[in-house]
Amino acid sequence: MSDNKDNKKKASPWRSAQLGLAILAGLVIYAYGFQVTKVDLEDLRSERRQESLSRVLRALAKPELFAYEQQEEIINSPVFVTCPAGGVPSFEESDRTGPYVVITPLCANAGETVQVEGFNFAPNTTGPLRFIPGSDPTNTVEIGRDTVDTDSSGHFVFDFVLPKRPSEDVQYIRATLRQNVGSPHLTKTAYDTWEKIIETVFLALLATTFGTFLAIPLSFIAARNLMKPVRSPLASIAFSVLGWPIGIFLGYLIVRWVEGLSSPFAQSIPINLVSIILVPILAWLGFRWALPQEEISKPGPVLQVARTGVLFVTVLVGFYGLFQLANFSKNLGSIWVENWASLGFLGNFFFQMGDIVGIITPALGGLAVGGALSSFMGRIGQRITERLSASSLKVFNIVFSILAGATIFGLIGQLVDWLYQVSNPFYTLWGPVLTGTLLGLALAIFTKAKATLPTGMVIYYVTRTILNGLRSIEALVMAIVFVIAVGIGPFAGVMALGLHTIVSLAKLYSEQVESISAGPLEAVTATGANRLQTIIYAVVPQIIPPYISYTMYRWDINVRMSTIIGFVGGGGIGFLLQQNINLLNYRAASAQMLAIAVVVASMDYVSSVLREKYV
Amino acid sequence: MLQIKNLTKIYDGGVKALDNVSFDVPDGQFLAIIGLSGSGKSTLLRCINRLIEPTDGQILWNGEDITKASPEEMRRIRRKIGMVFQHFNLVHRSKVLTNVLAGRLGYINPAWSLLNRFPKDDIEKAVRQMERVGIADKANHRADELSGGQQQRVGIARALMQDPEMILADEPVASLDPVLAHSIMKHLEDINKKDGVTVLCSLHFLDLVHRYADCVVALNAGELVFEGLPKEIDDKKFKDIYGRDAERVG
Repeated sequence: MSDNKDNKKKASPWRSAQLGLAILAGLVIYAYGFQVTKVDLEDLRSERRQESLSRVLRALAKPELFAYEQQEEIINSPVFVTCPAGGVPSFEESDRTGPYVVITPLCANAGETVQVEGFNFAPNTTGPLRFIPGSDPTNTVEIGRDTVDTDSSGHFVFDFVLPKRPSEDVQYIRATLRQNVGSPHLTKTAYDTWEKIIETVFLALLATTFGTFLAIPLSFIAARNLMKPVRSPLASIAFSVLGWPIGIFLGYLIVRWVEGLSSPFAQSIPINLVSIILVPILAWLGFRWALPQEEISKPGPVLQVARTGVLFVTVLVGFYGLFQLANFSKNLGSIWVENWASLGFLGNFFFQMGDIVGIITPALGGLAVGGALSSFMGRIGQRITERLSASSLKVFNIVFSILAGATIFGLIGQLVDWLYQVSNPFYTLWGPVLTGTLLGLALAIFTKAKATLPTGMVIYYVTRTILNGLRSIEALVMAIVFVIAVGIGPFAGVMALGLHTIVSLAKLYSEQVESISAGPLEAVTATGANRLQTIIYAVVPQIIPPYISYTMYRWDINVRMSTIIGFVGGGGIGFLLQQNINLLNYRAASAQMLAIAVVVASMDYVSSVLREKYV
Repeated sequence: MLQIKNLTKIYDGGVKALDNVSFDVPDGQFLAIIGLSGSGKSTLLRCINRLIEPTDGQILWNGEDITKASPEEMRRIRRKIGMVFQHFNLVHRSKVLTNVLAGRLGYINPAWSLLNRFPKDDIEKAVRQMERVGIADKANHRADELSGGQQQRVGIARALMQDPEMILADEPVASLDPVLAHSIMKHLEDINKKDGVTVLCSLHFLDLVHRYADCVVALNAGELVFEGLPKEIDDKKFKDIYGRDAERVG
């Protein structure tokens, strides 16, 4: 208690002055804010604004979803504005078996009131009562905004103020009474909205699925606690750096070669089918033999080489299988679309999936061989570091770190050349190569030959920087770029939202990885598990609940984002919404806003139920 | 034979956790490591399987220097050293069976781990180990559904899956009540006596040391202050180990 008393700040003139200054500063900040954001209620009070505001709000309150077929009864009744000098000419008595209108008196000055009485109309109808200028009863120009309703006997009375349209000739007052017939039906707006909201939901679904799928591996290399222990000696780093480009190049060539082998059989469905059945079996057997599940003693060199060979052939067979799968899927899709038109979307799905597999397989091959070669060379680098003496290792390090530095910077230079089209080899080739050489040399000279360098943290920072950079670009801006790349439509939206999902989820996920408890990690490492195994058995089980919950959250965000991504041509309901707002068609816009609200609210409900169930 | 020679560990902040520690552990011994909290017991145990990188010194195991081992050799060495932890360090959301099978990861090809597959023999072996420590009926429960004593038995079964030649136990009973403590220590004793596994076990209570240990080393502020038989710890030695103000309890 006594401590508390001592800590209590005493009132002093200085503290009061501080408080006063703080309030003053706040006042200034908000005053400036008012000026910058142009806070002004003057406009709001003007009648013109209020009138249009209430019109828009009323339109928004009536989303254009349902409509009735309407029956109209139109009666034109003659009237004179300013009584003619020779008195009102007599008219033929109108037909009194149907609906008719009686105006008393038949003439009056502009601005004066006449009584308009209607008889024999259908009961309980409503509609405008308007003045038709000129002497033609079929004139479409109408003046006035009065509305009349008939009672249950089809009768109405209205005091009509004549407009300032004096004329010698006869003019008319038109009663247009409308009646709803039949039951209400959905409007075209409703159908369009339905179609687009479905598109929107699936846009969000695809973006979330692909984004999550790619964000998971990224989140592991963006997690500090997993990357910090990753250290390797310089020789190993230099070798793995050299391994990547060589491997990607070789892998791409090899996979293209396999594609060439596969292409003669591309169109034959039986061969496709046999291939995609046989290949998995062969691959399974190959992997089974080349990668024994458990090995107590180290295998001899001959066996190791044989295994590597079998593994390589198995991977080639696997890629052949992927190409055959792609062809099969495309062929199946085409046949399907031709023969079952009503379920054509499934055929299209097969065709597009086949196309995607066909396109990404060479890239996948490049990456796989690149990764494998890099890891293999890294291991060789590790061995060399262990075997060589410190002085000869130093020479070795200098040579290979120069080579690696020159390669990396040379490639970056080429990328810059492609992006900015400098076309000056001094800046895009020799300059970077020289820089890389010098940096590699410096690194090799200033590090101890056998010391390990924090590779993991370098990868961590590079990944983080890229993630943060991409994350700061709004999905809406990305959509503009993708609209240019793949054309206006929902696919551009999927790409933009998907990319944004990858980078933001990778960050959120990696923070979850960083906050897992370290105990199980330590225990699994102690059993001799390598890094991959540690991630699978100690990290993954711990991060499943937060991953599910973040994915749900992202799904929510994507649904909301996909409703406006159409503003820039990214597909979905945003396109309709923007169009209707620009056309001042607020009732239609209201229907779309309602649809968005319903979808977002139900997504929210569903995701909260799922979260409760699984997390 | 495990030989610790001049082992020193200085943490990044400059804290000297181990200061020139040397001692030998013959195969099949049950060695207790005692000392105050923060005296370096955990650091010592973790240096032996290199969960913590020693700053200086050597750890020779059957003639091989663990401190110089490459990552691949380290995997081979670690899979022969089981480890048991004070806080059990189980993966809470995984099944007990999965936690026990994790002890085999040092033997299993990582490619198969991607598919979450264990050989049939290993699953049978896991069932046997769970029977041995009396938790076979809990195999399909989630690890966090078990009580403390049961969780530590899962930890022991996990270590046994490694076919260990040595077990490092880092205060295995500090989170348990005295009855459970004895049952866990009896399992370790059983593994030590029947299977001939060397056990290095850090302990807080001297009665447990007297009851179970063949030999004792004591650390104080990172320095080795005692090495000998449990019965040799008299009142004077006790004050050396635990400080002048300490009093014997239990």
